[in-house]
Amino acid sequence: MSLLDILFGKKEKTSKEDAKKRLQLVLLHDRTEIPFEKLDMMKKEIFEVVSKYVDIDMSSLEVNLENIEDGKVALVANIPINKRKNDNQNN
Amino acid sequence: MDGRVIVVTSGKGGVGKTTTTANLGMALSNLGKKVALIDADIGLRNLDLVLGLENRIVYDIVDVVEEKCKLKQALIKDKRQPNLALLPAAQTRDKSAVTPEQMIEVCNELKKEFDIIIIDCPAGIEQGFKNAIAAATESIIVTNPEVSSIRDADRIIGLLDSVDHEMIPPKLIVNRIRMEMVKENEMLNVDDVKEILGIDLLGVVPDDESIITSTNKGIPAVMLDNSLAGQALKDIARRLLGENVPFMDLTKDNNTGIFSFFKKLFAKS
Repeated sequence: MSLLDILFGKKEKTSKEDAKKRLQLVLLHDRTEIPFEKLDMMKKEIFEVVSKYVDIDMSSLEVNLENIEDGKVALVANIPINKRKNDNQNN
Repeated sequence: MDGRVIVVTSGKGGVGKTTTTANLGMALSNLGKKVALIDADIGLRNLDLVLGLENRIVYDIVDVVEEKCKLKQALIKDKRQPNLALLPAAQTRDKSAVTPEQMIEVCNELKKEFDIIIIDCPAGIEQGFKNAIAAATESIIVTNPEVSSIRDADRIIGLLDSVDHEMIPPKLIVNRIRMEMVKENEMLNVDDVKEILGIDLLGVVPDDESIITSTNKGIPAVMLDNSLAGQALKDIARRLLGENVPFMDLTKDNNTGIFSFFKKLFAKS
């Protein structure tokens, strides 16, 4: 970083990184034709189904589109489990 | 002769399709190729103006497909470069005035006489786009290093991938790059754009005032000796002919402004 950048209080994070991240995300949605809203609806339904069997938090549930090999896109869900349901009932 | 048919497209308007078409046409014909340019932007004719041929139009592509004239009568030969010809768009009609089948017919006719046919595609993904790509077997995607033109380019790449005639994968031109912003990490660099779009790079054209001044005069920048963008476009033309031309080093500091003088001074400390 040059002195000039320091003098003008330039931020460490640059707008280029924002552009790249935002583009990569929006293109995942464009290419799969799954709009953000639809992913949100899926997330809610996944939560409903999975919570019948295990104890999970909506806040820690992640459902995202990700690039995998061969230019393919995967729907990746990360669902942290709180505790087994049986344990809850025993307590 | 069985000429190549290349479409220059982008999705988004204003990224430099017409300027790229005009310059590649001039550069390729300077390299000895017989080149025909087709302005497929019917209703919004501009390739003639960028080439400085606007005063020479008698007939246009719609007159040709409606058989009001012969193809030869509508083609405008460039007096500066006799290898180069332009088939102008109609100005008072719309995109439906030509069909994809008619476009293929016109191109087949031109292929007999020209080595390379370059089609300047209109912005958008509707009828005009469909017409422009119908006859093409090669494509050049022009994009600027900014979010909206890259998103649109990606859409175009997807559409080109799903056409039902044979096309080789599109090649990318990153146009109007500003190296001083790239250096500051405030503009996407060429590798970023390549990574996001996932297609081969044909060339990088710097944002250059000489494009504006040459367009003002109707003289393609490749005809100038001292234009950086013109040089980049000449390199692209040679790559199109299969030559292995190294990419221009745009990181060299050719800023001369007072601000960049002080900036360099401070940057050293």
